[in-house]
Amino acid sequence: MSVDAVEVRGVSKVFNAGRPDSVDALVDIDLTIEPGSFVSLIGPSGCGKSTLLRLIANLLEPTTGDVLVNGKPASRARLDQDYGMAFQQAGLFDWRSVAKNVELPLELKGWSKADRRARALEMLHLVKLDEFAEHLPWQLSGGMQQRVAIARALASHPPLLLMDEPFGALDEMTREHMQGELLRICGETSSTVVFVTHSIPEAVYLSTQVVVMSPRPGRITGRIGVGLGRDRDEATREAADFFATITEVREALRGLPGPADIAQGVEDR
Amino acid sequence: MKELFRGRLSSAVWFVLALAAAAALWELYKLVGPPDGGTVFGWKLLPRANDRAMPHVTDMLARYARPERRGQGGSIALVVLQGAWFTLRLALAGFALGAIVGLGLAVLMARFRVVERGLLPYLVLSQTVPLIALAPLVVSWGGKLHIGGFEWPRWLSAAVLGAFLAFFPVAVGTLKGLTSTPPAALELMASYAASWRQTLFTLRFPSAVPYMMPAFRLAATASVIGVVVAEISTGLAGGIGRLIIEYAREATSDPAKVYTAVFGAAALGLVITGAVALVDLVTMRNRPGEASR
Repeated sequence: MSVDAVEVRGVSKVFNAGRPDSVDALVDIDLTIEPGSFVSLIGPSGCGKSTLLRLIANLLEPTTGDVLVNGKPASRARLDQDYGMAFQQAGLFDWRSVAKNVELPLELKGWSKADRRARALEMLHLVKLDEFAEHLPWQLSGGMQQRVAIARALASHPPLLLMDEPFGALDEMTREHMQGELLRICGETSSTVVFVTHSIPEAVYLSTQVVVMSPRPGRITGRIGVGLGRDRDEATREAADFFATITEVREALRGLPGPADIAQGVEDR
Repeated sequence: MKELFRGRLSSAVWFVLALAAAAALWELYKLVGPPDGGTVFGWKLLPRANDRAMPHVTDMLARYARPERRGQGGSIALVVLQGAWFTLRLALAGFALGAIVGLGLAVLMARFRVVERGLLPYLVLSQTVPLIALAPLVVSWGGKLHIGGFEWPRWLSAAVLGAFLAFFPVAVGTLKGLTSTPPAALELMASYAASWRQTLFTLRFPSAVPYMMPAFRLAATASVIGVVVAEISTGLAGGIGRLIIEYAREATSDPAKVYTAVFGAAALGLVITGAVALVDLVTMRNRPGEASR
C-alpha cells in the first residue's frame, strides 16, 4: 500500500485561543490526498482554505489533530523539504537573478554551486524560461515571474506542491495559459498538488478532486471528483463534462448555509 | 545607464549653480549690508559686512595661493589638504568602527525583541550627550587603558568620537531594514526550514539595503563632524578641525585664512558622502523598483 501524500486527521485550528477575539478557523478537518492527485481547495474568503494549506506546510501548527505528509509528521516533512510552495505573489528576491532565485532552496540545503546551477537551468527549461536565467525579476512579466516561482518550488524535486492562489494576481488570458502550463509541468514531474483557489473553472480544469469548504467555522462540506481524464487541453474548457462539473461545484457552494455570504468571494470565471 | 549618467550630470550642474548663487548672495550682502553691523527694531541682527568680518569670495580663493605663514614657501592649500587627509583617515576609522558596532547592535535588536526594548532608549539617549562633554572623558579613559603593550594613541579618541556619532544612524536604519522584511518572503524561508542565520543573510540583509544606504550616508557625515569636533575639543593636532581653530584666531589679521580650512572641511564631507553614494549606486543598480528609503 502506498503512503498517502497528505493525511489530515481531526484537525482544528483556533486563532487567538482563549482570548475574546478567538476565531475557529477550521474544525474537524479530515482529508486524504493520494499521490499523483491534484486537489483544489475552494470556498469563499474566510473558509480557512489558506490556513489548511499552511497547516499541511507546517507554517502553522494545528490546535488539535494530526497532519501527515508523506507518512511523516508535517514538521519533519518541512525539515526534509518534502514539499515546494508557491504563493499568490511570486515573491522572487529582487536582488537575485532568475536562476539564482530558482537555486534558493537548493542553496539553503547546501547543494554545491555547480549542482544547483544545473538544476536551476533544468527547472527553467521545464517552465520554458531558458533564455531568462540571467535576467532580474523586475524585467519579467507577472506570468513569467509566477513561472519562476513554480520552478523554484519544484527545484528540489519535492513530491508535493502546495499552491496558494498562485494565479490570483494574473489576468485571465495569462491565467488560462498558466493553468495549461501547470498541468503539463505536473504531468512531467508527476507531482501531487494541493491548490487553493476561489475560481470554480480553474479548480475544475486543473483538479482530479475539488474540495469545497465553507466559512465560520471553516470546514469541508463537499468533495467532488472531476472525471475529465488526465489529458486536458483548451478543448476541455468547452466540453460538456467540464460545464457539468462546474455546475456541480457551484451547487455545492450554493448549498451552504447563508448563500448571500457565499456568493461573495467565489468567482464564476 | 545613460539616463543615470545624465541624472548625475544635471545634479552636478545644479550643485555648481547653487555654489555660485551662495557666493553671489555673500557678495551682494557685502555690497548693501552695513559695514559695522546693524540693528533691526532694536535687535542686533545684521552681521558686519566689512572685509574683516566677511572677506570677499575672491580673497578667500586667492588665499589658497599664498603660504600658510608669511615668509614660508609653498601654498596653504597643501597644508589644508594634508589636514583634510589626516581627518579623512580618522573619519574613515570612526565610520568603520561605528558601522561595525551599529550593524552588530541592529542584528542583536532584530534577533531579540527584549534587547530592542531594553537597549533602544539608551541608544537614543546616548545621542543627546554633547560631544564636547564626552571628548575629554574618552581621552582620559583611553589614556588609562593599558592592555599588554597597547598604548591608546590620541588619534584613536577622535576616531572613537566619530564612531560614537556614526553608529546611531547605522543601528537605527539597519534595524528598521531588518524588521521590514515582507512577511510573505519570511514565510517562504520558513517553508524551506531555513535557519535564522540563513534568513538573515539570504533575505533580511539584502532586503534591508534600501534602508541601510541612507543610514550609512548619515553616518559618514556624522563621523566627519565627530572627528572635527573631537580634534577641536581634545586639541589633537594635524587635522582640519585644529586648522579651523588656529586660523580663526588670526581672523583679525588674515580674515580669509579660516575659510581655506572651512572649505576643506566641507569638501571632506562631500568626498565621504560621495563615496557612500557611489556604493549606493553600485549596490542598487539592479533594483530600480526600490529607491533608497
